Amino acid sequence: MSVDLSQFIPSFLEESFEGLELMESSLLNLEQGDDETINSIFRAAHSIKGGAGTFGFNNVTEFTHLVETLLDEMRDGRRSIEQNDVEILLESVDCMRLLIEAIRDETQCDSNKIAETSVLLEKTLASGNSNTSSDNPEENSANPSVINPEDALSKWHITFIPEHHLVQTGNDPLFLFNALADLGDLTLVANCKELPALNDIDAEELYISWQLTLTSKANETEVREVFEWVEDECQLIITQEETVADVVDEQPEETEIPANEPAIIEQVANKSEEQISSAISTDKNSSASAAEKTGTKAKNDLGSIRVGVDKVDSLINLVGELVITQSMLSELGNDFDLSKVEKLNSGLEELLQNTKELQESVMRIRMLPISFAFNRFPRLVHDLSKKTGKEIELILKGEQTELDKTVMEQIGDPLVHLVRNAVDHGIEPAEARIAAGKSQKGTIILNAYHQGGSIVIEINDDGGGINRQAVFDKALEKGIVDENTTLTDTQVFDLIFEPGFSTAKELSDISGRGVGMDVVKKNIQSLGGRIQVESETGVGSTFRVNLPLTLAILDGQLVRVGSEIYIIPLITIVESLQPQKDLINRVSGDMVLYRLREDNVPVIPIYSLFNIASEFEDVESSLLVVVEDDGQKIGLMVDDLLAQQQVVIKSLNDNYQQVEGISGATILGDGSVAMILDIAGIISMAHKKSEMHQKHKRDLQYKATQQISEGANL
Amino acid sequence: MTKVLVVDDSNSIRDMVSFTLKSAGYETAEAKDGQDGLNKAKSAAFDLVISDVNMPNMDGIALCQELRKLPSFKFTPILMLTTESSGDMKMRGKAAGATGWLVKPFNPEKLLATIKRVVR
Repeated sequence: MSVDLSQFIPSFLEESFEGLELMESSLLNLEQGDDETINSIFRAAHSIKGGAGTFGFNNVTEFTHLVETLLDEMRDGRRSIEQNDVEILLESVDCMRLLIEAIRDETQCDSNKIAETSVLLEKTLASGNSNTSSDNPEENSANPSVINPEDALSKWHITFIPEHHLVQTGNDPLFLFNALADLGDLTLVANCKELPALNDIDAEELYISWQLTLTSKANETEVREVFEWVEDECQLIITQEETVADVVDEQPEETEIPANEPAIIEQVANKSEEQISSAISTDKNSSASAAEKTGTKAKNDLGSIRVGVDKVDSLINLVGELVITQSMLSELGNDFDLSKVEKLNSGLEELLQNTKELQESVMRIRMLPISFAFNRFPRLVHDLSKKTGKEIELILKGEQTELDKTVMEQIGDPLVHLVRNAVDHGIEPAEARIAAGKSQKGTIILNAYHQGGSIVIEINDDGGGINRQAVFDKALEKGIVDENTTLTDTQVFDLIFEPGFSTAKELSDISGRGVGMDVVKKNIQSLGGRIQVESETGVGSTFRVNLPLTLAILDGQLVRVGSEIYIIPLITIVESLQPQKDLINRVSGDMVLYRLREDNVPVIPIYSLFNIASEFEDVESSLLVVVEDDGQKIGLMVDDLLAQQQVVIKSLNDNYQQVEGISGATILGDGSVAMILDIAGIISMAHKKSEMHQKHKRDLQYKATQQISEGANL
Repeated sequence: MTKVLVVDDSNSIRDMVSFTLKSAGYETAEAKDGQDGLNKAKSAAFDLVISDVNMPNMDGIALCQELRKLPSFKFTPILMLTTESSGDMKMRGKAAGATGWLVKPFNPEKLLATIKRVVR
């Protein structure tokens, strides 16, 4: 029989990466040194080693064995936990990750680093006062061959006298004999002399001993191996008679065994031999096909999600309900008359409910706790704090907050950048902190929570805060602002997201090469999110990243313009209102501003934006939907507000091409296509337009003044 | 049909063992740690238990001790999966009532050949 193990490799890899993450995070917490932490690190290493051995990744097994030995010494208390050792273990985790990544990508990894760390580990092990490094991994690699066809037949005499309690550990001599019979021809004689009188028999004890004769190609190790599990609980004498040329038919005479056991055994023996030989031949086949497969297999990037059983269960439940509703509806359709309308309605209602729940459950599958993204930070901060010599405590909050997998994958790098910045620029050196009357240890808090339809991730440090003046000066220098611009704090802080902006006095290799914050912002915006910063001098800074929970579904407000339906992302809508005539200001040309409390909101008529016919062309009779993005508001002029609903986003890029002001499309209930408005895009379009107006206005003014001055000169 | 309970915290090992056994015609149930294994053992009878040693919640040794306390598991073969081929580990297993051990790594053929010592 053939067992193709390659199908389990992806799950082994995934598990190993999880194990490594666990090892890493636990190692970072090990400083307090509790047993359970060491145990869980050990278990993770142990599992990786076991799996790697099973799947034949010997380099991983060998390396992990060293790690495991070191951990074992720590676990048993033979070695105290030194910071130095923890560092080596962290290095080792990196090496293991390299090795496993190499398996995943089917590439070679940097063997130098592995070798170096191995040496380091061995040295550490040797320096300890322990003596456990005796069992080396080669010992563990079991030899699968059960029979060796090249060996000649030999005759084995085996005396097997089990202790009385043998069966109490679950061993059964019959099975042992069956296993022996698999090796060759077996005959046996039972010795019942020890059997006590019936009254004295304890049913749970074993009183019989056996004399066995085995004619087999097996060698002594193989014969002895069958008794591996019982050798401490029996007297076992194994002797070899002589090598026999042919299969012997000279059966020993003492076959006076009461039961008909031998017959059964022989049958089984023949059968098993067939099984074994077929197993061996198919094994060759399977390993050949596995090799073929790995050769042709494209790089697989493990695009799988591990889903909690509860989530799958709830899906199955919902599908079950859906099926029930469906059958009810189709039954209803068989002989439908008006009297059943009510039933139909309730059925449809149920269908709606089911679909909604099903959708939510399916979406939930894509949701992962943000701890997947947060997990890397303890190590990062640990390493950074070492590098910078700053003492830093990292606090993670809201790690169970769930987030779409795609968003999670893309938010990782921007978050790393923000945390690096917080360590490098945010937290002050210890002396400065003490001078400022703060505790020597800096604190960085990563926090995630849900807010409405989005997730908020905060990166907070209790460092010196952003130096407002420095930012402003730098902006002046770069020509982003001019001297007499007055800016609010928020606006000043937003300047750090401008390209080529860094206020760090000297560059470090951790952060601050002036590339970064603008990229961070761009990445976050491309996910449909936004980033804000709050800062107070001497108290610290908080970067707040708002992200949509998912990229696949959007809560939308349907609006009508003329005969077209557009969708405005609900999250961007501030309010919808009927414009009052006295609040409408026409600035110049066709620029219209609407006075919304203390704000002047530019009004954008959608019909003119997309050049379509509309029912109303004047602001007064239309409706205004005030939307906000990145702190800027505009009013979208629409004919009518329709329903609010969740829409599935279809990419325009994939199906058509990028259109300015449109972020995607969706298909409505009636089958028609509706465009989803790209609010950020529309705002920037509006700004371009208003800038052009301003320029136009300035030009006009300039001309006018020139004319005046020319007139004066006359 | 011979029923085997496979207890291991590692998905891949558990799947591999279980798959191997199933393809050889055994019936299997899986548990993700000792506690889970004990619960499953209490609710059904098994002809063989194969358990990892190092597991969260309840390790293999403790599971073995607990199982031996159950009347229905008094004589059931219990095999420990271990990476340690040291005698110490085997002694601990034996003391807890384990029938035998399987040293990791092992391949499917080895696994099937070995468990024949305790079940058919």
